Amino acid sequence: MNLHFDDQYQQGNSVVHQLDPRIKVILTLLFVLTASLTPFGDFGIFAALFAFVMLVALNTGVGVGYVLRRSVVALPFALAAITLPFTVPGEILATLPIFGGLTISLPGVIRFVTILLKSWISLQMAILLVAVTPVADILWALRALHLPQPLVAIVSFMYRYLFVLSDEVLRLLRARAARSGTRAGLRSGGSIVWRGQVAGRMAGSLMLRSFERSERIYNAMLARGYTGQISTLIRSHLRPIDFIALFTTLTFFCTLLFLAYLT
Amino acid sequence: MYYHLLLNVLKPPALHIPDGFLSTPVAIVGWVLAILIISFALRQTRDQLGERQIPLLGIMAAFIFAAQAINFPVAGGTSGHLLGGALAAIVLGPWAAVLVMTAVIGLQGLLFQDGGLLAMGWNIMNMGVLTAFTGYLVYNLIKRVTGQSSTGLIIAGIVGAWLSVEVGAIATALQLAVSGTSPLNISLPAMVGVHALIGIGEALITVGALTLIASTRADLLEQGRKAGGALSAAWVTGGLLIALIVAVFSFAASGSPDGLERVADNNGFLSRALDPFYTILPDYTIPFVANETLSGILAVVLGTLLVFGIAILVGRGLRRMPKSA
Repeated sequence: MNLHFDDQYQQGNSVVHQLDPRIKVILTLLFVLTASLTPFGDFGIFAALFAFVMLVALNTGVGVGYVLRRSVVALPFALAAITLPFTVPGEILATLPIFGGLTISLPGVIRFVTILLKSWISLQMAILLVAVTPVADILWALRALHLPQPLVAIVSFMYRYLFVLSDEVLRLLRARAARSGTRAGLRSGGSIVWRGQVAGRMAGSLMLRSFERSERIYNAMLARGYTGQISTLIRSHLRPIDFIALFTTLTFFCTLLFLAYLT
Repeated sequence: MYYHLLLNVLKPPALHIPDGFLSTPVAIVGWVLAILIISFALRQTRDQLGERQIPLLGIMAAFIFAAQAINFPVAGGTSGHLLGGALAAIVLGPWAAVLVMTAVIGLQGLLFQDGGLLAMGWNIMNMGVLTAFTGYLVYNLIKRVTGQSSTGLIIAGIVGAWLSVEVGAIATALQLAVSGTSPLNISLPAMVGVHALIGIGEALITVGALTLIASTRADLLEQGRKAGGALSAAWVTGGLLIALIVAVFSFAASGSPDGLERVADNNGFLSRALDPFYTILPDYTIPFVANETLSGILAVVLGTLLVFGIAILVGRGLRRMPKSA
């Protein structure tokens, strides 16, 4: 739920900016995989990964603050793992005087903190990827990495019309608000069912408009010679810097995992 | 431009699992399943829609994303929202809905970090595939019973949409439990309970949308029903999904010997058993996978898929056989 989609950092001269988008996507995924594979409690590895993220943030000019601020969104989901300190068996750290003696175990706390760290640094890497790579490049990279063309095309169309339809939703919401008078002391707004129905009809009306818009778009594409195939220009070629970046980062991740599992 | 992004804030914390909360093997299983189903969905929709596939599904994906921001106040600052899987499936058919929701979840994960990258496989399964198929199947099943009445539409829509959210929530709880992030006896009631309420919002908005579409362009609903193909095909897929999910939980199976083995042990003739002269997956394990649990799970999943594949082939073969005069 990130409201910040700035493209102010997407053009730049740093080493990371100049990497082929395919390399950036692959390295982001490998980063998340490395974090995921790190065993519980290996906090040194997480520190190394965090340092890597900060290095990229500084190199690209995006800055540490940007990444830290955006990554705060991970916190609410931590509630899903909140029971770990209380349920994982092991050496007991403390006992709370509620619920007949709730115990907090050390392995549980380690597990909980590990999950939070994994989530947090993975999020930061994803934030960086999007900050320094234009969306068109990311979509092209997915296609170049052999994701099926129809799927990438669908996502591209979705991205293209996202803002148009979001505009329509904002208009719908504003129109509803303009017709929703309230007066202090008077109960207003109708029943929940009624409100749900109103929202539903807004969604339904938008759906019909979107459907018919898609038909107009399809006809426009046909009129311009659309045959079902979408061609794209090659946006980037692999260069030596890409291979160097891939090799060094891969070595870095493998070393971390090696250290994690064999020591 | 930033107003558009404000819409993202209006959405509730839903079923998007971030990275780190699923163990690596679980996340990979999710990706494998998602890839299989997406590939199948691509083929199905290409056959049904032809060239319209890309513009129609792309704009519908944008619609779902935008529609998720349509809310209505419930009580005390909370609001009801739309996830959209059931609605998309009822109007477009389940396979198209899978692609639409995949696009939505994919973009949400990539651009807005709403859901992790490794966890995206299961996010697509939970919020795209399971919601779409549950909504579609339940809706059409109820409509078959109630016929063309408008009350039937309302009931079918409410139950279909509500169940779709619940199924997604249950699946999410199961994945968190298998990953060791949250014990099942806590996560399941919590997820089921919270989403029972969220499901009401989903149900109301879905039904509102359906009644509007039914009164203005009922032909779309008819198309959506047909787009699912034979209801039996959707049942087959649903059944396979359930079998695979159960297969993933095979690790929880009891290790105690079954009836025959126990009797043989008690009466002393267990040692007379001969080993098979060849083994492929000995004792439900995959020889080269070291992790015992993962090995067991993969073996059962493999077995499930093999049985499914053989059943499909046999079924096709039987269908092709000429009826005896």
